Amino acid sequence: MRIENHPVLTFEKKKKIPFYYNGNLVYGYEGDTVASALHALGIKVLSRSIHKKRARGFYCAIGNCASCNMVVNGKPNVRTCITPLEAMMDVKNQEGKGQVYGT
Amino acid sequence: MLEKDGVATLDNILDIFPDKIILKKPKAIIECYKEIPCNPCSTSCPFDAIFIPEDINKRPEINYDKCTGCGVCVYNCPGLAITVRQLKDGRVSLKIPYEFYPLPVVDSSVNVMNRSGKVITKGVVTKVQLNEKMNKTALITVQIEEQYYQDAMTIEVPYGS
Amino acid sequence: MEHKEVLIIGAGPAGLSSALALLKAGASVLLVDRAPSLGGQLGKQTHMFFGSQKQHASKRGIDILELMMNKLRPFDKQLTILTETTVVGMYKDKVVSLVSGEKYFKVKADAIIVATGASEKALPFENNDLPGVYAAGAVQTLMNLYGVKPGDKVLMVGSGNIGLIVSYQLMQAGVKVIGLVEASPKIGGYLVHASKIKRLGVDIMTKTSVKKAIGNDQVEAVEIWDLDEKWQGINGSERIIDVDTICIAVGLAPLTELLQQIGADVKYVKELGGNVAVINDHYETSLDNVFACGDVAGIEEASSAMIAGELAGLEAAIKLGYTIENADIKIHALRDDLVNLRKGPHGEKIRTGLQKLGVSTC
Repeated sequence: MRIENHPVLTFEKKKKIPFYYNGNLVYGYEGDTVASALHALGIKVLSRSIHKKRARGFYCAIGNCASCNMVVNGKPNVRTCITPLEAMMDVKNQEGKGQVYGT
Repeated sequence: MLEKDGVATLDNILDIFPDKIILKKPKAIIECYKEIPCNPCSTSCPFDAIFIPEDINKRPEINYDKCTGCGVCVYNCPGLAITVRQLKDGRVSLKIPYEFYPLPVVDSSVNVMNRSGKVITKGVVTKVQLNEKMNKTALITVQIEEQYYQDAMTIEVPYGS
Repeated sequence: MEHKEVLIIGAGPAGLSSALALLKAGASVLLVDRAPSLGGQLGKQTHMFFGSQKQHASKRGIDILELMMNKLRPFDKQLTILTETTVVGMYKDKVVSLVSGEKYFKVKADAIIVATGASEKALPFENNDLPGVYAAGAVQTLMNLYGVKPGDKVLMVGSGNIGLIVSYQLMQAGVKVIGLVEASPKIGGYLVHASKIKRLGVDIMTKTSVKKAIGNDQVEAVEIWDLDEKWQGINGSERIIDVDTICIAVGLAPLTELLQQIGADVKYVKELGGNVAVINDHYETSLDNVFACGDVAGIEEASSAMIAGELAGLEAAIKLGYTIENADIKIHALRDDLVNLRKGPHGEKIRTGLQKLGVSTC
């Protein structure tokens, strides 16, 4: 899913960044946001709606729509589309509205 | 029809296409059919052959006595609406702007498309130009049978892996 | 509580231009943006811009951003830039509350410029919330900023400039665009963009729209249908297309929430994209020393946003008491540039919208 060659842009080989998705060790690249790294891994379902549990994914990319909200390092409702990926980040799918205290 | 599907009609084309006799030398064909605020074709032409007034919405007017078919306007046009054509030895030499990866290879055979996106014939790539000045818009020259000199518009592009 | 002379909210083309104008005048500026990088939409725009040389015609958006950043560099003593910083509240006494990472802080500014831009409108259809349905701008961000393909086969919805341009950029990224549907009978954007994708094999279908997206937890296909004169779907005209990505490019709506919170006048003007900031000829909102420019004041283009940003910056600087050499001439020239951009047939919508708003276009 990563673009290797492009007529206008240059995508250099960047540093690999390890992180956890639902407990599994996966990799993104320097410059990724959490959401773009997950998308490149083929993970399209980022959250579920609160009542009907409908799948939601990458939609607006500017931190506006909340479809990409996930639990990152224990913090819920993180807009993963505008959150830069950091090494060893713990990313989990969120259940419902998310809990601020405790896990 | 242009406003329905982006395809210029024969009337649109005949309105701006020069006579065959003028195309004995390479000439730019500017297919900018509607007014938009834009003038890089005019400001980039090294021979002052393209005129757009102070009101940059006006459609460009080309002077075929001055146009040498150099192609500078072709890679400066933000709408990629300009091509250069020349009729010679029963063939038309079509120069198009090209912004895809990978670039076609000289001497290779390519599918030639008309304005509707239909493959109408095959052509042979005779020249591939891309340098710093052109800012990522390459110029590809394709040799095609003369009968397609008005219909031919571009070449098929590759889709990635 | 920190005090700042000027706070600019949004570092897109309008925000960056207004910052430069204010810095040149001598003001000190705090420029904030919620994204991790600056430039707003400029950073993903790989296509050549239109307009005239003054608006960097023929240059790519990404290169124009670099030019603007270079112009801002010498002012590092007067300019503070905070990215990943979201303005969460704006109050009548010009106090603004912000969140940056774990830090929550407040700023009181002498002048505020709201350049928050716009966001994509949603299109109602069954299953429009399936993963695989993207705002077209989001696909542009994914591809051009992060180098990730959205999918392999796309249906584009909307034939304004964004729909037409993003279709082309998808093809440049190696993604097949099966077709583009447009509800109205005519193509909305520049016809040169439409011709460009049509001749490369994209099927442009006017009077056509999406009936529903199909798939289990992600898009697997899309059902489209023809529309009649009343914009209603025609039963029996449905057909299913095999795609894994649907891009929605049905228009942008200004992000005026902060202005609404502060009580600035906001008016609904359809031609300008929805609720827009009501500004006077000096880019000032109904609140003293609160300015607005760029898409938040009416959906237009990046070229217009850059000019409007510069104008708002100059006006703000003058209001704050700075003397600017040849201010009148500069302002007049910039206003002329805007008039020229808005003159042609494609400017009709914005001219009508601005008239309804009561702002002169010159």
